Amino acid sequence: MSTGFVFALAGAVLFSLGVAGVVLIGHLLRRILAFNLMGSGAFLVLVGLAQRQDVADPVPQAMVLTGIVVAVAATALALALVRKLHALTGQLGLPGDVDE
Amino acid sequence: MKRRVLVAFVLTLALAFVFLLAGAMLDLGPTTIDLRAPVAAHLAQSGVTHPVTAVLLNYRGYDTLLEIAVLLVALLALLAVVGDAPVPPSRAAHPVLQTLARLATPLMIVVAVYLLWAGAFRPGGAFQAGAVLAAAAVLLHLVGLQPGWSRPRLGLRIGLAAGFVLFLAVATGLLTQGSLLQYPPAAAGVLILLIESGLTVSLALILASLFLFLSREEGA
Repeated sequence: MSTGFVFALAGAVLFSLGVAGVVLIGHLLRRILAFNLMGSGAFLVLVGLAQRQDVADPVPQAMVLTGIVVAVAATALALALVRKLHALTGQLGLPGDVDE
Repeated sequence: MKRRVLVAFVLTLALAFVFLLAGAMLDLGPTTIDLRAPVAAHLAQSGVTHPVTAVLLNYRGYDTLLEIAVLLVALLALLAVVGDAPVPPSRAAHPVLQTLARLATPLMIVVAVYLLWAGAFRPGGAFQAGAVLAAAAVLLHLVGLQPGWSRPRLGLRIGLAAGFVLFLAVATGLLTQGSLLQYPPAAAGVLILLIESGLTVSLALILASLFLFLSREEGA
């Protein structure tokens, strides 16, 4: 069991936590955070599995670098949409969502 | 009660998924496609000596070109959503914080330039440099020295688009070489540095804009 596998395993755990969060949490800000957690998990799996052998593969690393930047932009757009929703309706959840 | 059943159900599924994925990863055979050897073999004519930079800006330059386009589109969408809300007056932070931010900003600019230059031969590059520059802008905003941005004027618009336009110009200019983004090996290093410089400026402005335009008053 190499270091890379530990990273990939942590990535799998984070991804599942994120999925559970997206499904269960109604509050949109927390749902965006959960979505980011999913993304981080996927990135960790990619870089973790890329260094299974002794020398890390640079192609997945470059892809993750690209993905991180795109994830930041997507998060900012999601936050802007949530703010607009809050400004228009005063709600921070989607209609029909059951939250505790 | 129904809610509790749902939570238990989803958490059980998530846990099962972790074990499934872990099992699959443990069971993974040797890779059938190994890109390390081709990457290393062509490193000498890629213009840079760091493999990740070579992948980002030479072998898979297409990805990076589209990435900066995606960032630009995300920012345009964000501008369309936030509209013309008024800029709140900046709240001045504690003077110690302001002084620290004033001291840190020049250092961050130096670090960004170093990261841009170092990307050719060690971890670094346009994205890291742009992120540091954007962080400097956000820092200045948080201590009240840089007010939030309202509608972008011409200078900012040019800066936001410059990286993508420069990248696209180089890509189309090289079409005479045969295919998109196929650098001549002799000029590859200079072209990559040129593209990365443009990318750094635009990325820093785009990332800072994402924050500074969002910091406006919520307009109904």
